[in-house]
Amino acid sequence: MNLQELVWRELFERKSQMITIFVGILLGITTVIAIKNITYYSEMAVAREMDSLGANVLVLPKSVTLEDYYSADMHNETIPEEYALRLTMSSLAGVDNLSPKLCVPVELEGREFTLTGILPKSEFQAKAAWGGAGIFSRPIGCGAIDMGAPAEPEDKKTLVRNRVIDDLEADQTLIGADTAAALGIEEGQSLELMGKQFSVVAVLPETGTVDDSRIFAHLHTVQDMSNREAVVSCIEIVGCCKEISAGLVDNVNKLLPDAKVVTVTQVVATQTKINGMMAQLSMIFVAIIVVIGGAGIANFMFANVYERRHEIGTLMSLGAESNLILRIFLLKALLLGFAGGVGGFVLGTTLAVTLGPRLANVPVLPMPVLALWAIGISVGTTLLASYFPARNAARLDPVTSFKEV
Amino acid sequence: MLSMQNVTKTYEMHRQKVVALDDATLEIPEGDFVSLIGPSGSGKSSLLVMLGGMLSPTSGRVMLNDQSMYDLDADGRARMRKANIGFVFQTFNLIPYLSAQENVQVPLYLSGTAAAEQRERAAELLQRVGLGDRLDHKPNELSVGQQQRVALARMLANDPAVILADEPTGNLDPETSEQVIGYFEEFNREGRTIVMVTHSPAAAERAKRVLKLRDGKIIDDRASLQQADAA
Repeated sequence: MNLQELVWRELFERKSQMITIFVGILLGITTVIAIKNITYYSEMAVAREMDSLGANVLVLPKSVTLEDYYSADMHNETIPEEYALRLTMSSLAGVDNLSPKLCVPVELEGREFTLTGILPKSEFQAKAAWGGAGIFSRPIGCGAIDMGAPAEPEDKKTLVRNRVIDDLEADQTLIGADTAAALGIEEGQSLELMGKQFSVVAVLPETGTVDDSRIFAHLHTVQDMSNREAVVSCIEIVGCCKEISAGLVDNVNKLLPDAKVVTVTQVVATQTKINGMMAQLSMIFVAIIVVIGGAGIANFMFANVYERRHEIGTLMSLGAESNLILRIFLLKALLLGFAGGVGGFVLGTTLAVTLGPRLANVPVLPMPVLALWAIGISVGTTLLASYFPARNAARLDPVTSFKEV
Repeated sequence: MLSMQNVTKTYEMHRQKVVALDDATLEIPEGDFVSLIGPSGSGKSSLLVMLGGMLSPTSGRVMLNDQSMYDLDADGRARMRKANIGFVFQTFNLIPYLSAQENVQVPLYLSGTAAAEQRERAAELLQRVGLGDRLDHKPNELSVGQQQRVALARMLANDPAVILADEPTGNLDPETSEQVIGYFEEFNREGRTIVMVTHSPAAAERAKRVLKLRDGKIIDDRASLQQADAA
């Protein structure tokens, strides 16, 4: 005979009670885990959508304003291209994408357009000192979900969405929607810019921004054509909103003290606000479930103590100290909480993975870290809710074991 | 061994003062066998549980081996019970989800006995009360007489010097009552001190000494007829 055996045997003696409270805990934790799991992947999906709003951190020359950037960046100020490499090789967390740009005016058929040089990601990534170093060695993806599927081949039009493309040849160009319409150019045609022939690899979809009237080409080609060696007008950064809130901008500032680092406040604020709202909503649900579940468990435990007061009195008359009585009830709570936590994690994860895509329209994957959440919340709530009933039991008068006093 | 000095116990019930025990003074030497008799509500059970350290008096002192019980805290009294006192209840108070052997093991577990030794000693004690073949039976699989014998075995588990019994034959048929009283006499011969509450005059006279209570007062303290005859 020992404490565990005493508790275990009592649990199975009152099977219907045990099943009722276990199912109660199980359902509560299942709901918590399903909500947390679906919310997590919904937040990632929202973050992914938010990323399409564009760059949210800009690195500009000191004297350039945000207005200059939005009016096609047609200023003569530049910053060294090497800044992009410095960012790439840094250990900054939360940089999802990076795009150095150089803007120069070009004239085509008597109209002014902006020729923007962009550097394909593959090139500055390759410049990192060794494989595995730098910010892209640990991509966090701002909500990208790794489904284990092979990456799809890149469509150049994703430049509009991602602000950066993987590869671009020296003689290739991408044309904004307005520019293509004005010049009557289509994909596959060629185009002469500043005396050099380019093949149009994509006409970009309309965005309603200044990008529609741009022509994009390889950064180094644009630098060569405009005689601006190894400089850029700006570096656009798509930062993950959580990391921006956690001080990404300050860290970029420290890394590049001679440049101006600004956030596109509206974009960041929207991202932070939406993710904050989702996280808050999920926490409110969790809190409600924990409070209601806790009250249910406390109620069950009080009833259990009342029902067993005779048995408790007997144990005390046999010499059981109050601490042992407290431990009997808390161990029972611990066992129920642990079993409910493990079961709730399994059931909640199953529900989230199967129902999540249908209900929230997002792919949901199992999150092993939620097992800790499930067991922590379940055991914590059960122990907390059982403490006062257990203490009441420990303070029972042993004389309750006698019929008539 | 056991003594009470001017012990009074009063309760407040529906704004009325109820006296359960009124200025009781009592000396129970080692090896004595005392039966407590009296009508219901006379204070017999209150006196018994006070001797067991389970009900604190309103005034007065209860002593066990020169130690004032109620100067100890609740856990201190629990330790004192564990070391010195064995209880027998009218309703047996066996733990329903444990087998006969496991019920007897409970006090042994409480006193820190190793599991193997617990099982061995419990089997031995159940053998002594004639239940060696009922070790794995749960209380609801035993007759009331057998349940009371399991309770007797459990009471003996920690070899108590004092046995406090609250109407131990109250729920038993005459034959089983006789058997239980026989065990008490045997335990007393072994040198254990016994205090037994009973409504049965016949059972009371099997003790060495009979205390009669009425309205919370000890109104008679005499040698039992059996004892007087023996003398």
